[in-house]
Amino acid sequence: MGSRMISALLWNIILGFVFLGVLAYAAAAWSAFLSARESGTSPVAALAGPGRETARLLIRQRSIAPGADALLARIGTWLLPLAALLAVLVIPLGQHAISDLSVGVVWFNAMEVLAWAAVWMVGWGSNSIWGLVGANRFLAQGLAYELPHMFALITAAVGAGSLRVSDIAAVQEQPGHLWFVVYMPAAFLVFLLSLLGFAFFGPFNQPVGREIAGGAAAGISGIDRLLLLAGRYLLLTAGAAMAVPLFLGGGAGPLLPAWPWVLFKTVAVLAVLVWIGRRVPAVRMERFTEISWLVLLPLTILQALAVSIFVLVGWI
Amino acid sequence: MQTVIFLICAVGAVAAGIAVFRVDSMARATLALLASFVVAAIPILLLGLSYLGVLVILMMVMEMMIMAVFMVMYMMNPAGLMPMKMVHNNRMSLVIAAVVFVLLAAGALLTPWPSGGRATSDPTLALGMDLMGPHMLVMIVIGLALFATMIAVVVLSTHRGRYDRFGDDLRRRTPDDPVRGGLGK
Amino acid sequence: MMLQLFLLLAAALFAVGLYGLLSQQSIVMILMGLELAINGIIVAAAAFWFFTTDARPDGQVLVLLAISVMAVEMAMGFAITTAIFRARDVDMADSASDLAG
Repeated sequence: MGSRMISALLWNIILGFVFLGVLAYAAAAWSAFLSARESGTSPVAALAGPGRETARLLIRQRSIAPGADALLARIGTWLLPLAALLAVLVIPLGQHAISDLSVGVVWFNAMEVLAWAAVWMVGWGSNSIWGLVGANRFLAQGLAYELPHMFALITAAVGAGSLRVSDIAAVQEQPGHLWFVVYMPAAFLVFLLSLLGFAFFGPFNQPVGREIAGGAAAGISGIDRLLLLAGRYLLLTAGAAMAVPLFLGGGAGPLLPAWPWVLFKTVAVLAVLVWIGRRVPAVRMERFTEISWLVLLPLTILQALAVSIFVLVGWI
Repeated sequence: MQTVIFLICAVGAVAAGIAVFRVDSMARATLALLASFVVAAIPILLLGLSYLGVLVILMMVMEMMIMAVFMVMYMMNPAGLMPMKMVHNNRMSLVIAAVVFVLLAAGALLTPWPSGGRATSDPTLALGMDLMGPHMLVMIVIGLALFATMIAVVVLSTHRGRYDRFGDDLRRRTPDDPVRGGLGK
Repeated sequence: MMLQLFLLLAAALFAVGLYGLLSQQSIVMILMGLELAINGIIVAAAAFWFFTTDARPDGQVLVLLAISVMAVEMAMGFAITTAIFRARDVDMADSASDLAG
């Protein structure tokens, strides 16, 4: 590899992470905006809320309970944002991704699942009973959303006949091809639902629920808390960005080049996700488990079957 | 370059594997095992098996986190705050493991392995084509075995049968479960 | 990189797993040893596929089989642990020696 290639790669990585960070901040600000509007305070002032919160957490002292497994907690807090950063490596912004792996869909899924380990390590490592309850809640929720989520991912891959994310986007960009959301609406909805699940956001915020004193985030403060909370938004943003090449046609769109379209669609998905997350009431993990295994899983299997038939018949 | 990466990963995987049985905290033991799996998957990725390598990482993260839950549930000292040895026949186990390693290593080094054979351009596609073609029986057997496992595991691990749930004459419309699911089934 | 190095790694992983399998008392720890040993098999199968077979994916199929065996082993192991724990409140292999001859 020449030094020019390496520096180009580095620039791509930095650019991708900057986009991810800015979008994640926008999601957090949008969430603060919505909650300020609900509670009647100034919504515009709330837009800077996440920034103020970040500054507050950055200057705050780290606290650690006696007997806590600080090593695991530290690894966990860093792993959560890192998982989001690794997941976006395969998402193409326009024509090319930072690293367009031939198994991009599987890579994305594996990096998401790192969140399981991260949240559990934080919950366990902070030596707080609420932390462990929150961590185990996240795993229970994970077991519920993960299988339908995998089938949703695989359905898009079946439609394109490739596990490479840019191939999946390219199939939808061809003239005469509709976006995959038209062929596989159920997979798209399940995908959005599980995005909320693995970012433990909105209706799935049980792992950091208020009734267990913040759950997995109960025992940590300062920069650890910042990393955990920012990691949630980064994961949500990475998921929203992945929905674009999988279901929403990637960079396809009139007039503008591909990359503004990808960003525009990502912002739209993210805004809808945050809005839904604030509107829908919380669903407890044991209830969601039954719904997931008895409704969503058969639904996504049927969806995958339908898409396979579309591919065989030649409609996709 | 590749050899260096391989050596680092190999040493790391074995060291993490040894750490599994050396650390006191069960949470750390589980995560050391996870680290061993993830680091051992990197040599697999180096061989060009991108699908299987990433699959190992994906599966092992999920599996180890479930394992961690069971650890905390069943072990008497999960955090390792009071270190204790829970081993039997330690010396003999060490000897047997060492002998087996020496035998396997000798076999690996002394056997004249056939060489050659070039990797296909897209191993993932080759694997898929093979599983849906000549080796379909393997896939069918795996599927059946996994299905049988799911049933057996539920039967073994639950202590409630249908009479507990639907009453002695099975007349109850909605089951009487300690934890209600979202559909009331 | 060569086949022998991979096989040495596989042998080392297998041996460490075997030690855990033989020496540990807790069933959960025994399962961990078993997992390590199977991981050695995965590494060996992947290496054999790359270095010896002639563009045939049999080695990959073996890896897939080993991964499935791992999943089955974990699930069955925990189910049995749960059943024993529920019946007798133990999680030690030494306390479950009813079938010892």
